[in-house]
Amino acid sequence: MQAPVPIEPGLTARKVEHRMPQRFTFTARDLTRTFAAAAAVAALVATSACGSRAGEETAAAESCVDTSGDTIKVGALNSLSGTMAISETTVRDAIYLAVDEINAAGGVLDKKIEIVAEDGASEPTVFAEKAEKLIREDCVASVFGGWTSASRKAMLPVFEDNDSLLYYPVQYEGLEASENIFYTGATTNQQIIPALDYLAETGVKSLYLVGSDYVFPRTANAIINAYAEAHGIEILGEDYVTLGSTEFSTIVNQVKSAGADAVFNTLNGDSNVAFFREYANVGLTAEEMPVMSVSIAEEEVGGIGVENIEGQLAAWNYYQTVDSPANTTFVEAFKAEYGADRVTSDPMEAAYNSVYLWAATVEKAGSFAVADVQAAADGVSFDSPEGTVVIDGENHHVTKTARIGEIHADGLLYTVWESEGPIDPDPFLDGYDWAADLQVSN
Amino acid sequence: MTRFLATRAGIWTGFAAAALVLFGAAPLLLSGFRLGLFAQFLCYAIVAVGIGLAWGRGGMLTLGQGVFFGMGAYLMAMHMKMADAEFRNGPGSVPDFMELAGIRELPAYWAPFSSPAFTIAAILIVPTAFAVLLGFAVFKRRVKGAYFAILSQALAGAFAILLIGQQSMGGFNGLSRFRYFFGYNLDDPVNQQMLYFIAAGVLLVVVAVALQLRRSRYGELLVAVRDAEERVRFLGYDAANIKVVAYATAALFASVAGAIFVPVVGIISPASIGIVPSIMFILGVAIGGRASLVGPVVGALAVAAAQTALSEQFPSAWTYAQGLLFIVVIALLPGGIASIAAATKRFRKEPATAEATA
Repeated sequence: MQAPVPIEPGLTARKVEHRMPQRFTFTARDLTRTFAAAAAVAALVATSACGSRAGEETAAAESCVDTSGDTIKVGALNSLSGTMAISETTVRDAIYLAVDEINAAGGVLDKKIEIVAEDGASEPTVFAEKAEKLIREDCVASVFGGWTSASRKAMLPVFEDNDSLLYYPVQYEGLEASENIFYTGATTNQQIIPALDYLAETGVKSLYLVGSDYVFPRTANAIINAYAEAHGIEILGEDYVTLGSTEFSTIVNQVKSAGADAVFNTLNGDSNVAFFREYANVGLTAEEMPVMSVSIAEEEVGGIGVENIEGQLAAWNYYQTVDSPANTTFVEAFKAEYGADRVTSDPMEAAYNSVYLWAATVEKAGSFAVADVQAAADGVSFDSPEGTVVIDGENHHVTKTARIGEIHADGLLYTVWESEGPIDPDPFLDGYDWAADLQVSN
Repeated sequence: MTRFLATRAGIWTGFAAAALVLFGAAPLLLSGFRLGLFAQFLCYAIVAVGIGLAWGRGGMLTLGQGVFFGMGAYLMAMHMKMADAEFRNGPGSVPDFMELAGIRELPAYWAPFSSPAFTIAAILIVPTAFAVLLGFAVFKRRVKGAYFAILSQALAGAFAILLIGQQSMGGFNGLSRFRYFFGYNLDDPVNQQMLYFIAAGVLLVVVAVALQLRRSRYGELLVAVRDAEERVRFLGYDAANIKVVAYATAALFASVAGAIFVPVVGIISPASIGIVPSIMFILGVAIGGRASLVGPVVGALAVAAAQTALSEQFPSAWTYAQGLLFIVVIALLPGGIASIAAATKRFRKEPATAEATA
């Protein structure tokens, strides 16, 4: 019979005992010594700390962008792994399409664009790390990407501290305007408020609010509450579920018994699947109680199952079905590149626009330098698939046409209402008297 | 070599070499960005030293170190948000993210965090005290093995969910946009280097503490409890007390690491403290070699560095490469990277034995 073999070599108690002579006990002297060592380290650290203190100016970060060659580097920072990968890879595809098209047409300032791709891994800390890597190690002229507000908020200080540029392509909760970010998705007055205008126009007098528990739904619902109060709409209920939650039987039954004229849905991701299935299960229909969603685009309809969601409403600025020459070209180019079964959606279109807007601003400025791009940004426009978008130099957002879409049996969304022309961005809702209580000091 | 390192002179040489690398070579060789990244890895290494003590020496599979890491991180973040708000809008003002969430009044439990002394005390005491209480509750009832692992992991999940629901703690987005660290501008490269030195210094101290604990009688008792808890109990010791000390020490290390992580990385959110990050902490320790002193440090640094390097090289396929790497290391080196010397020795011996039997 063989002697028992320890599972891990060196782990048995006896061996440890051999290496540990009795004289090594943890005495008060050892403790003092440890503290002395700690104090020495602290002193060393203190002497090295001679950087600027709060209130003093820090020397501006030196840009390392190389404009001498015949290419110019930009970053694409999207989640290619983790829970957000399914959405963010579509945005990455749109960024690559725009870059390829611009390169085929001669590039920017006669330089070809070269993409440095990084994976944000659906984690805010990774977004911050990779953004800093793109700026400081790869010396990119600008970065395109981000999706969740958490990722944007994680990247914002990185772009501000290193004085670089981020183009952020997703609709969001507003109340932000950084010098170092261009927001090419909708802010609240280009999506939430038009959706409410539409509902009010169609005679909705009461609403039920359902959302995921994080900053976008919370802010959206704060705006909806203020709007409702000013416009005589009754809010019959306001429910939040944890992000990713799929348990909706209670909430849907409450929605049903409340009997509101419509539901305003700010749920995100998988929760939508469970919500709409449950909604159809209890027999609620779009005719009886329509649901207005702000996070469901062409990509999501397939996952929810079109039979559960047909006839429901969504609020965006772009649909694949938008009828314009620019959109026909965009959709055809996208399908040619990535396959006929792929769809285009609002965030993808906004990402596609963001590359063109950056290129146009650089051409106008005649320079890749951040300060020049910032100075030249005001009024730069692009004839995008959703219509002409123009950068507002004041708040770095773009003008956007609001569209209410209806989900049809083919899984696409069709415009049933659109705003009279593009709406000027107003991230802090300064132009809305009823929103006075929502405003924050920046 | 191994024998020399166990002597007093060997220990001092080891520390001197580590200090030379951390304080001399690294700042000279690495760019500002890479040094910041290294500081982040060092924070993981500090957590790993604690896990090495609790799991490697004490046999407690702490799958929930994210809780203590998160406590330290959030406590530090609260102070930094308060300091930021006060610097811009005067005492008692509300941090920027609260304004966004529609909170106009400063919650009472935030107020004390404007004091740096209070914050540091809280970072040191709160997670440790929590670990002591939890440890007594669990170990006195002789909960161990898989049950303890499940319990600690559930705790990490619950803690993350709790924070996601708290808008006054930043919710899902967490806390970010810090400008000052105890009065120093965070966007100044000199101060960023200072943060790195703090992380490196703390790591050395933490390793020294772990070393002293290992070499003390307590350290022997801890290993004895791990290998034969019943026998130790029959000898008249209370195994629960012995375990609590290691568990609380690991919690303290994790908390301090979290507190340094926040100014280094610039954001803390529930995504960095839940179940997945807690497992990543364990993974580094397992890969490095949980029972050795430097194994956990090496493992944590190696896992973090591999993750960064792989994701930079293959942005869309790096997760597969990482998985493969874990499988290879665990399959070939069950004792972790620290056992590589023993493994090669075994490998060299084997052909000889094969010849003898032939």
